[in-house]
Amino acid sequence: MNPHRTAWLFLMPALLVLGIFFLLPVIAALGLSLTDYDLYALANIHNLRFVGLHNYWALLHRPLFWTALGNTFYFVAVGVPLSIGTSLASALLLNSPLARFKPFFRTALFAPVVTTVVAVAVIWRYLFNTKYGLVNYGLSEIGLDPIDWLGNPHWAMPTIIAFAVWKNFGYNMIIILAGLQAIPPELYEAARIDGASAPRQFWHITLPMLRPTMLMVTILTVAGYFQLFAEPYVMTEGGPLQSTMSVLYLMYEDGFKWWNLGVASAVAFTLFAIIFAVTMLLLWFARRGERAEGGRG
Amino acid sequence: MNPRLARILINGLLLGATAVALLPLLWMLSVSFMSPGEASSLPPPLLPTHPTLGNYRALFAQAGMGRYLVNSLLVSSAITVLSLASNLMAGYAFAKLRFAGRERLFQALIGALVIPAQVAMLPLFLLLKYLGLVDSYAGVIVPGMATIFGIYLVRQYARGVPDELLEAARIDGAGEWRIFRQIVLPLLKPIMVTLAIFTFLAAWNDFMWPLIVLTGQEHYTLPIALASLAREHAQDSELMMAGSVITVLPVLLLFLALQRYYLEGLLLGSVKG
Amino acid sequence: MGREGEAVIQLLPAFERMHPDIHVEVQVLPWKEAHQKLLTAFAGGTTPDLAQLGNTWIAELDALHALQPLQPYVAHSRVVKPSDYFPGIWATNRIDGTLYGVPWYVDTRLLFYRKDLLAAAGFAHPPRDWAEWSAQMAALTRRPGPNHYAILLPVNEFEQLLSLALQQDTPLLRDDNRYGNFQSAGFKRALRFYVEIFRRKQAPLLANTEVPNPWTEFGHGVYAFYLSGAWNISEFRHRLPASQQDDWATAPLPGPHGPGAGLAGGSSLVIFRRSTHKAQAWRLIEYLSQPQVQRKFYALIGDMPPRRSSWQGSVLRDDLAAQAFREQLERVKPTPAIPEWERIVTEMQLVAARAAHGELTVNQAAAELDRRTDAILEKRRWMLAHHRGRDP
Repeated sequence: MNPHRTAWLFLMPALLVLGIFFLLPVIAALGLSLTDYDLYALANIHNLRFVGLHNYWALLHRPLFWTALGNTFYFVAVGVPLSIGTSLASALLLNSPLARFKPFFRTALFAPVVTTVVAVAVIWRYLFNTKYGLVNYGLSEIGLDPIDWLGNPHWAMPTIIAFAVWKNFGYNMIIILAGLQAIPPELYEAARIDGASAPRQFWHITLPMLRPTMLMVTILTVAGYFQLFAEPYVMTEGGPLQSTMSVLYLMYEDGFKWWNLGVASAVAFTLFAIIFAVTMLLLWFARRGERAEGGRG
Repeated sequence: MNPRLARILINGLLLGATAVALLPLLWMLSVSFMSPGEASSLPPPLLPTHPTLGNYRALFAQAGMGRYLVNSLLVSSAITVLSLASNLMAGYAFAKLRFAGRERLFQALIGALVIPAQVAMLPLFLLLKYLGLVDSYAGVIVPGMATIFGIYLVRQYARGVPDELLEAARIDGAGEWRIFRQIVLPLLKPIMVTLAIFTFLAAWNDFMWPLIVLTGQEHYTLPIALASLAREHAQDSELMMAGSVITVLPVLLLFLALQRYYLEGLLLGSVKG
Repeated sequence: MGREGEAVIQLLPAFERMHPDIHVEVQVLPWKEAHQKLLTAFAGGTTPDLAQLGNTWIAELDALHALQPLQPYVAHSRVVKPSDYFPGIWATNRIDGTLYGVPWYVDTRLLFYRKDLLAAAGFAHPPRDWAEWSAQMAALTRRPGPNHYAILLPVNEFEQLLSLALQQDTPLLRDDNRYGNFQSAGFKRALRFYVEIFRRKQAPLLANTEVPNPWTEFGHGVYAFYLSGAWNISEFRHRLPASQQDDWATAPLPGPHGPGAGLAGGSSLVIFRRSTHKAQAWRLIEYLSQPQVQRKFYALIGDMPPRRSSWQGSVLRDDLAAQAFREQLERVKPTPAIPEWERIVTEMQLVAARAAHGELTVNQAAAELDRRTDAILEKRRWMLAHHRGRDP
């Protein structure tokens, strides 16, 4: 048999699925975002208008979009460093030769990752309940005032960030742990002989060696955190005062609650553009940093 | 630092972190056995005074939890089996079969990874409406029948299959399909297990797409049913915790049983190709 | 939907015995998701034969051309008699003169109150107008002890403010529902009254997702008033201990100057145009509209029948808690019958919540609301201008 044909036959099922149910819709979404496709148009296609870039233009003048964008950036800007910091710290602890019961700790710390977001978000909703939640009870035991975690617009997003960190840090912890284990032990030995302290070793060996791992972990986590949706959907329904409304939640409400598919597609593409730009920016920074490093060394 | 002190400090920190990671899950388990209203009292009780299975009974008898459990199993298994088949074939083709434009096509696929899946959701819904698949199991399963991540994972692994083995089989006159089934698949077994539990867990926990495409509760998967219950029965914390246990326990057990494969896949998928 | 769905399942075996050729499958949707799920079903082409619709949604689904006109069925029916229904409720089922639904049960929001707490604060009867209501809430907030309020008004439910707004003389939209009318003096009066309750800490700034158990808290005296609907009569009867059953009662909603209007709520039964079993669906509607079935339905979950003859049954006639509803039902007002209404009222509550939190003044909130409403109604104005209201 012709080897080329064989190869395409092997590729066919996957490419068909990806082409029809992913690529085609992505292209269609771009087209949709240039129309005012809504319920009226769904009922009768004659009610459809081509509006050019108006959906994008209107988005820029919509306070709720900026609120959602601000909330999403808040979530990413605070959530990602906290998340990765927690992952790094726990990976360092697990990698320490002094740590005991490593497999147990590793499994336990990873457990939240495999749980279902919806289910554990429901748990957190009760744990952080103002009146009957364990968290506020703990606060009152040490003499602090109760906090309206999910009802106060200033506290709702921090609570969701704490939830996301708890739920996700185990994932990056495993990757960073593998990165740590890949660092040749001779490097540390040489440093010890030179009399370098533990913090100095961390700063001059561990961190530089982890650099590629950290970059990849950061890019993946940033892209993931931009897609915030299920957490506010279950914990706050976007409230209070839309303080936990994310861009994706906005797309969901515009698209699948009010059926303004044109507007929602514009939101989706804007989010895509932002994620893309931020990823590129991170890569650019990383490359520039590498060059600077290389210049010094 | 004194090594004894360091040992205590490090293990103490690990113990504390573990407590934070596990306490919410243990609390969920405990509250699920409380009688209705018990958790909404002060001080918040940690353990049920009279453990009861009443919440579970209510969920299965009245809220149709059994049905959702079956739906989740069905949908997740179907996605796992179907996507495994297509991803294995495509990943193998990218790794070991020669055809024009192979590298470029693969690069294009990897490039497409930056597009968030949600961008496709709106037209996808209209497409599935046209195909008559809205509010059906197929509506959830079909878009998940192949994943770029899966193809990538298989390709990375399959590159380790020695070419000589394949060439020898070809010289013996074996067809490509037979080579794939009898020689390649057995070699890919570890990555199959890894990809299978990865896919199964992701499908089980998936929320946004099933939420959109399933309009009636007869096809609801567990997370959708749970979110829906949480909106209707927000007051009944004990009932909701029992629902969370039913949703989380199967995947947690699966992970515990196969965690070696899961963690390997996680690492393989995150190494830059 | 919700509890109605769970209750109707118990009424169906009798219907299926009467009509052995018909088998009914029931889909139960939670109320909070029902509106969205119905639209999704329409968008996805998976609408059922027959459905319960919140009566404010009829216009929306009619604009989508999704509903079957029911006048011909009613004309030949020996069961469904329009004159027997409360007129305000029947009216919500007619859009531009065409009948699309048959009322199934009615609801309106009014006051549940703690008789004993009011008496202890020196009030012999529930409030009859806003001034009395304000005075009572102020007194009840001054009760000694921590952690209590006069009233529970979840800030993510629009029905409470909407009820107050409907008590005003000015309509909520203007120019044939082309523009918002929220900067009218009437709406601002309602909004100010609503916002003041929160500013004076007479109600907590809580969403209903954060009130784990409103019934128990009402029983504990955390709230003395609860502005809610008829289904809570049975909830209170189930959830409060027998010793407390004499301590609570219902009262019609006080208006600005005396008994006020209320929201014409409730649900109707509709048949979808796409249905291939319309005759069978109509027989089910007739069955559920029979007075004795409606009384059974009331006994099951406490949803109130829309027909006067159904109220003749002894259970309802002698039910003191239901009487306040019966009284207010004669004064209910419908909301604007346009497809965009659900979205507008959602925005209304989002803006009102910001005002309640003190982020916006009443004037700012009203202006913001008009701005959002006008934007939502843009397509409607275009459709009206181009006479593309419905048919191709």
